[in-house]
Amino acid sequence: MLKEPSAIPGFGLAFGYTLFYLGLIVLLPLSALVLEAAGLGLDGILRIASEPRVYAALRISFGLAFAAAIIDSVFGLLIAWVLVRYSFPGRKVIDAAVDLPFALPTAVAGIALATLYAPTGWLGGLFAAYGIKIAFTPLGILIALIFVGLPFTVRTVQPLVAEVDREVEEASATLGASRRQTLLRVILPIFAPAILTGFALAFARAVSEYGSVIFIAGNLPFVSEIAPQLIVIKLEEFDYRGATGIALIMLTLSFAILLAINLIQAWSRRRLGGV
Amino acid sequence: MMSRMALFLTLAAFCIAVCAGRVEAQTQLLNVSYDPTRELYRDINSLFAADWKKSSGETVTIRMSHGGSGAQARAVIAGIDASVVTLALAADIDAIAERTSKIPADWQKRLPDNSSPYTSTIVFVVRKGNPRGIKDWDDLVKPGIQVVTPNPKTSGGARWNYLAAWAYASEKNGGDDAKIRAFMSALFKNVSVLDTGARGATNTFAQRSIGDVLIAWENEAHLALQEMGADKFEIVTPSLSILAQPTVSLVDGNVDKTGNRKVAQAYLEFLYTAPAQAAIARHFYRPVKPEFADKKDLDRLPALKLVTIDGFFGGWAKVQKAHFAEGGVFDRIMADAHR
Amino acid sequence: MSKRLVSKRPVPPPTAATERPVTRLCLTAVALAFLALFLVLPVIVVFSEALAKGVTVYLETFDDPDARAAIELTLLVVAIAVPLNLVFGVAASWAIAKFEFRGKSLLITLIDLPFSVSPVVSGLIYVLLFGSQGLFGPWLEAHDIKILFALPGIVLATMFVTFPFVARELIPLMQEQGSLDEEAALTLGARGFRIFFTITLPNVAWGLLYGVLLCTARAMGEFGAVSVVSGHIRGVTDTMPLHVEILYNEYNFVAAFAMASLLTLMAVVTLAAKTVLEMHYGDALARTTRI
Repeated sequence: MLKEPSAIPGFGLAFGYTLFYLGLIVLLPLSALVLEAAGLGLDGILRIASEPRVYAALRISFGLAFAAAIIDSVFGLLIAWVLVRYSFPGRKVIDAAVDLPFALPTAVAGIALATLYAPTGWLGGLFAAYGIKIAFTPLGILIALIFVGLPFTVRTVQPLVAEVDREVEEASATLGASRRQTLLRVILPIFAPAILTGFALAFARAVSEYGSVIFIAGNLPFVSEIAPQLIVIKLEEFDYRGATGIALIMLTLSFAILLAINLIQAWSRRRLGGV
Repeated sequence: MMSRMALFLTLAAFCIAVCAGRVEAQTQLLNVSYDPTRELYRDINSLFAADWKKSSGETVTIRMSHGGSGAQARAVIAGIDASVVTLALAADIDAIAERTSKIPADWQKRLPDNSSPYTSTIVFVVRKGNPRGIKDWDDLVKPGIQVVTPNPKTSGGARWNYLAAWAYASEKNGGDDAKIRAFMSALFKNVSVLDTGARGATNTFAQRSIGDVLIAWENEAHLALQEMGADKFEIVTPSLSILAQPTVSLVDGNVDKTGNRKVAQAYLEFLYTAPAQAAIARHFYRPVKPEFADKKDLDRLPALKLVTIDGFFGGWAKVQKAHFAEGGVFDRIMADAHR
Repeated sequence: MSKRLVSKRPVPPPTAATERPVTRLCLTAVALAFLALFLVLPVIVVFSEALAKGVTVYLETFDDPDARAAIELTLLVVAIAVPLNLVFGVAASWAIAKFEFRGKSLLITLIDLPFSVSPVVSGLIYVLLFGSQGLFGPWLEAHDIKILFALPGIVLATMFVTFPFVARELIPLMQEQGSLDEEAALTLGARGFRIFFTITLPNVAWGLLYGVLLCTARAMGEFGAVSVVSGHIRGVTDTMPLHVEILYNEYNFVAAFAMASLLTLMAVVTLAAKTVLEMHYGDALARTTRI
């Protein structure tokens, strides 16, 4: 198993225990899912995916997660930039607050956002005056997804903003580039892999999010029903196969996203010589 | 050495977890119920506990689990340790009987009144002053009206809502199937939020100010008025509705294992006694033995034309299959309404 | 997932390589407004709703036996799930950071997997495994062992969801540290366990602590997965986040937000601890900037 012998003890033990625990907690349960899905066959899974309501839920989940991840990427970059490059009072506290969606239980985020953005809420009331409804519409789901994904995009870009060589920017400026040109042509390409990684992480998180969304989503089929919610509904309708089918589709996509992230990182390591 | 310790720790934790799961006091009951009965059973449970203490000397703890009726039936099928189920409709208990051997198929004959100790019906809740002028089912399908009702696939109340609307459309159109479906499609086109349970729908309408009208259990409607203020909402009684019959049953497979059949059976029978029937009326349900209820409570619930599931629709088994099964009428109506 | 800050250098004086002051001000304002809208306001809402009827009512909500039971259950779940994931995290990072073996990146991907699995799916898999209709359901029922809708199911779902946290903190940290110290200790005659406790552990202690903190925060707050396996029995299988939902559904908004405020407080403490750890041990932690 070992590629090269090592003097350090404990490989068998640590490795064995890792596999044992991984198998027990992660692989065994996941294989139950695969086993159940195997009963469906590829046909069955495709049939589930093409049911209008399932298809709509998947489209809503992936579409809104994509939109949320884009918004998160833009604001993530901006926030990372502001936090690293500019100084202002309370920066440290705000920096710490960025991780809040990560530490805050999703149900808490859900009821807080629903209360805030409902027509009776502080922000929802403002928008309601202009006839814009947020809570219980796809817009509400988008807000919740932006919330859960934000730390990922900030935290992947932030170290790069801190580490990028200011001399590169200065050289670019000396060579006559405007600030905007420097940012777009020099800085952005350096950040690109990190932004992509952040985007992928925020997207993956948003697609699978459940707790914060169900409180603020309208749960209306074809309009504001997300895929994880449909899994729960299928479960509650005794439709284990349907639930498993959707779960497997989502799992496959998650795995593909994880793989993509690893590829992006490998690519950026090759390109930039390790970040 | 470290491996043994790690292994030991893992196993020990599992043992603790498993043992904790097994330790259950003897006189405990778990009542798995649907959404709007939370307040009702809180009341009945303390009445029964006192009654049981007096008659048998035993202290009984009654645990509750609430959720959408269909979702709760799913939990019983998946193995939740329910001693009794008190669900929104017979079909959900049928589902348990069908899919497990824990409840016999003829469960509904075991208690009086088709195992339905209380009934209710479906009414509308509108905002104070009824700004959209909603009087009857016809007003719900008008363009621009926003309707809130839960998801019939997971909520029992929502199935009653759906069937009440169907019955109205059928009466009005002389049973013309195409016209009934057009009415239902128009209705669900106006549905803006489809919560999974009745309670979620009430919250959406009342607390979050979504929608012009909420289709709700009569008891849930009155409770919402009581909890959120009668100055904000009004109840509108439609010209025709359905007799909603929530049903109760012992879960034989579970009580025989836990050994609490006697107290569970007594608990269900208690529902038909005077104190429970009075409590039922207090919580805006319609008691099957109105003679035990306070007249004042009964007067809050108006008489109206009610169709029954057996008389009008030919029973739950038929309805469940035709309307709410995968690819059934409801699925087609939803697809029509939202595409 | 942990994303740490690089130790901040002092902001250099403005040069040609920065934005005009107006732009800076605008960008800062936009960034702060966004954060205020999305992060700060929800937290304020939690506390303002919880205290809407005064402190007395707020405190009274914790006298409810069901609320107490939910808090106790959540703590019990954390007390079982977190130590187990801790032991796993240490073992996994030891194997991965100190040795070269085939299939290492596959192993790392598998460890990360629970991150990208929807919480609902995490619950579903245990229903498929332990439900009456599931793989082991009939056997468990025959032996009268309760997993689903009981403590073991909740613990398992929580363990699955928080599985990667400690490992993900430790792997990069240990990789960064290398094995030189351990090898030196080895030549001096120290043995396995001793090396770990006297050499490795002090080196990674802060990363470990942070991983445990994160793991704890997530374990306490898990909703989706636990919701699927819990059965929502009041006072028995109701964890804090589930109790928040129940109270919310019972029009009991003050109590719902009061319970939510406890969880929020826990989140804020986690973040504060993280910040403090970073300030004091920033250099050690910062070198492991892995996403």
